[in-house]
Amino acid sequence: MNTFASPSPTVEGRWARAWSRRRRWPLVTVFGATIAAVLVLLPLVFLVIQAQQAGWDATSRLLLRHNTAVLLWNTLRLVVVSTALCAVLGVGAAWCVQRTTIPGRRMWAVLLVLPLGIPDFVIGFGWVSLEPSLQGYLAAVMIMTLSLYPLVYLPAVAGLAGVDPALEEVARSLGLGPWQVFWRVTLRQMLPAVLGGCLLVTLGLLAEYGAFEIVQYQTFTVAIFTEFKLGFDTAAACALSLVLVALGIAALAGELPLVRRGRWSRSGAGARRAIVRVKLGRWTIPALLGLSTLCAMALGVPIGSLVYWLIRGGSTTLPSASILTDAAHTAEFSAGAAALSTALAIPVTAAAMRHRNRLTVLIERLALLPQALPGLVVALGLVSFSVRYALPLYQSALELIVAYAILFLPLAVVGVRAALAHAPPRLEEVGRSLGRRPASVWLRVTLPLIAPGLGVAFLLVFISSSTELTATLLLRPTGVDTLATQFWVYTSDFSYGAAAPYAGLMVLISAVPAYLLSRRMAAIARRGQA
Amino acid sequence: MRNIKLLIAAVATLGAILLLAACGGSNGSPTDAVSSGTSAPASLAGQTITLYNGQHEQTTALLVSAFEKHSGVKVKVRSNDEVELGNQIVQEGSNSPADVFYTENTPVLEHLREESLLAQLAPSTLAAIPARFNSAQGDWVGVSARVSVLVYNTSKVSPASLPSSIMELSQPQWKGKLGIAPSETDFQPLITAITKLKGAAAAEKWLAGVQANSKIYPDNETVVTQVNNGESEVGLINHYYWYRLRDEVGQGGLHSALHYYAAGDPGDLLNVSGAAVLKSSSHQAAAQAFVAFLVSKEGQEVIAYSHSYEYPLRPGVSPASSLRPFNQLQPASISLAELGDGSASLELEQKLGLL
Repeated sequence: MNTFASPSPTVEGRWARAWSRRRRWPLVTVFGATIAAVLVLLPLVFLVIQAQQAGWDATSRLLLRHNTAVLLWNTLRLVVVSTALCAVLGVGAAWCVQRTTIPGRRMWAVLLVLPLGIPDFVIGFGWVSLEPSLQGYLAAVMIMTLSLYPLVYLPAVAGLAGVDPALEEVARSLGLGPWQVFWRVTLRQMLPAVLGGCLLVTLGLLAEYGAFEIVQYQTFTVAIFTEFKLGFDTAAACALSLVLVALGIAALAGELPLVRRGRWSRSGAGARRAIVRVKLGRWTIPALLGLSTLCAMALGVPIGSLVYWLIRGGSTTLPSASILTDAAHTAEFSAGAAALSTALAIPVTAAAMRHRNRLTVLIERLALLPQALPGLVVALGLVSFSVRYALPLYQSALELIVAYAILFLPLAVVGVRAALAHAPPRLEEVGRSLGRRPASVWLRVTLPLIAPGLGVAFLLVFISSSTELTATLLLRPTGVDTLATQFWVYTSDFSYGAAAPYAGLMVLISAVPAYLLSRRMAAIARRGQA
Repeated sequence: MRNIKLLIAAVATLGAILLLAACGGSNGSPTDAVSSGTSAPASLAGQTITLYNGQHEQTTALLVSAFEKHSGVKVKVRSNDEVELGNQIVQEGSNSPADVFYTENTPVLEHLREESLLAQLAPSTLAAIPARFNSAQGDWVGVSARVSVLVYNTSKVSPASLPSSIMELSQPQWKGKLGIAPSETDFQPLITAITKLKGAAAAEKWLAGVQANSKIYPDNETVVTQVNNGESEVGLINHYYWYRLRDEVGQGGLHSALHYYAAGDPGDLLNVSGAAVLKSSSHQAAAQAFVAFLVSKEGQEVIAYSHSYEYPLRPGVSPASSLRPFNQLQPASISLAELGDGSASLELEQKLGLL
């Protein structure tokens, strides 16, 4: 029988205080968190330097000229509604797949992740070619929800993996119905993961540009890109980007008090319970219909338009052999970025959760901020620094990997956080009390506990990197192509038929790690241990 | 002590990873180049230059392979949107790896000239192209051109009802029928031309009328696709977008045609694609040789025969036979210098909320 950590302030509190005084930071944590902080600061410093060149007068003129109030209102109403929709879809889908008897769970687990591996351009283009009148606010809400809900779904899966089913059993034994158990126990336990996912959606919407261009919806980022592309004015664009940074900081500060509440980890004698799946019964058909509709809209429409391009396009040929080289580059860069991002996210998140103070929380928040920055800003920042201080690395594979790692560090942080929230600090304390060094405790106790979360973090970064275009075009080694850059070359030339295989391969490449992760998750659910 | 060992191990591992990745990234060293040069000076063969390419990638690839064969110089190509490449070159400054910059439009080259980042071109290169298509200061040379036209849906619009001037498109009878892409670089020159030829007040009135009549699309490719689909009846584009669409959809899927305005109309503009050598280039001779090749008879014929459907600018080289002959085009008499960097037109677009 398990017992549960209850926030009893007396004995435990004293123990915890005594331990935290003796608790030392593993040096690796300090080292990793410092590197992460420096990397994330690079684009921000670039922004501030550039914005200074623009000057306050010019910036305030720009803000007036761009009808800022309307753009901010457009941004706000999109962020609120899309984030809420992503939360409902992401949590609902994760719960169905991980906790119910819905048929075809393994298949859904893979399919539900894949929209993240489709470039926004393809999702937007697919819908607009299906229904050309699809423009404006509702179109933007729909397309962004369909492409971003996996950012909630994946952390929710990691969060669910950490929830001890015994909690739910106790709730049921106390007479709660399935919905009440979900609402009052499961969802609350998943909160750090779900909030993290929502934060990623919100910040991502602030920086989005390409999809809105297709459906003609104007957010604040449109003003930034006008200055970049038509005004040829990097300084002005950077000055305007500081508004995005301010909005991002507001969202980050807003989430902070929400996650601080509550306590999620279990610690008790004995092994975790295996998951007892909720029998859907007569709800099976509606649930299946719901998941099918979601996948048809998020995956079917864009893939359908790719197939249409293949069949109807005059440029359709067998793709050249170089498509395999391009795919190998994509996989190599994305895997490198996913590994680096995850490695950096562990110390950042661990410091913020295990050694919570102003500095560690600040670093964690900082690490989430790149999600609110347009890729162009991050990439130009890296260009500017590396040509001055690291010229041999300029336009090398390593620099591209670092750029991806900065851009997608927020995804990794949320993935790691979802898992770490359920790893009980007391187990680590026990490890140390047995004479183990902090680093060794990390390797032998904490890492195995958070492994599923690391898988989620890796997957999120891998898929997002494999479709990244803006930073890739600026920083890739000259002469090296990825699937995304070749896709761009063909579509900007009407050669949709020739472009389709590249987009198809992007989706396939994302499916491999998604499949591996789903197998691991299924194993955890069966064995009942993280 | 063990903590320190661990730290050293971590640093060493990271260092090793960095080193490996850096080595992995530096494929294609200059020694890869095989010298096969015949006509070019022997000193150039075996050199490697880097081309920042904002032009149509397929045509550039044809030009590059012809040049490599001709000169023995190896060309590494980096393709991206021309404005992003321009911004990148400004950030790179004197450390830019770029030797040559080849663009779709000239304002971005003018911008780099103002930043003093471009080198003077060889007089013989400039002389190959009529002076009105080149930089007045000799910093860049015009390579090819396209003309702005009206595309119309052949099943919805009869040719007789098409306007002889772009000015007519602001009238109410075109309400809901026009498609435009005001965020494309090609749109501002139209506003600038109307301002120069008809006055600023007329330009603002025209733009407001067009805005009221139009569906807004993200780019020229979408404009021509949606006119062909019948979503819009007419659209403002450059001629070559329609030819490229024709290649993709085939005659069976083609429901549109091109319409040219009357002679000298402000809607009838030549947009020029250009090339320049970077001042920071450490391969000046090879870079100059590449730009000279772009405007040579051989290079211009590559452009004429490729599927880019652009007009080569060198006198005596004819464009693809399906195009209206270059000497039959009667564009507005307005120079590239008068079109400027388009900032006034940009502000007008922003004032009306088109951007």
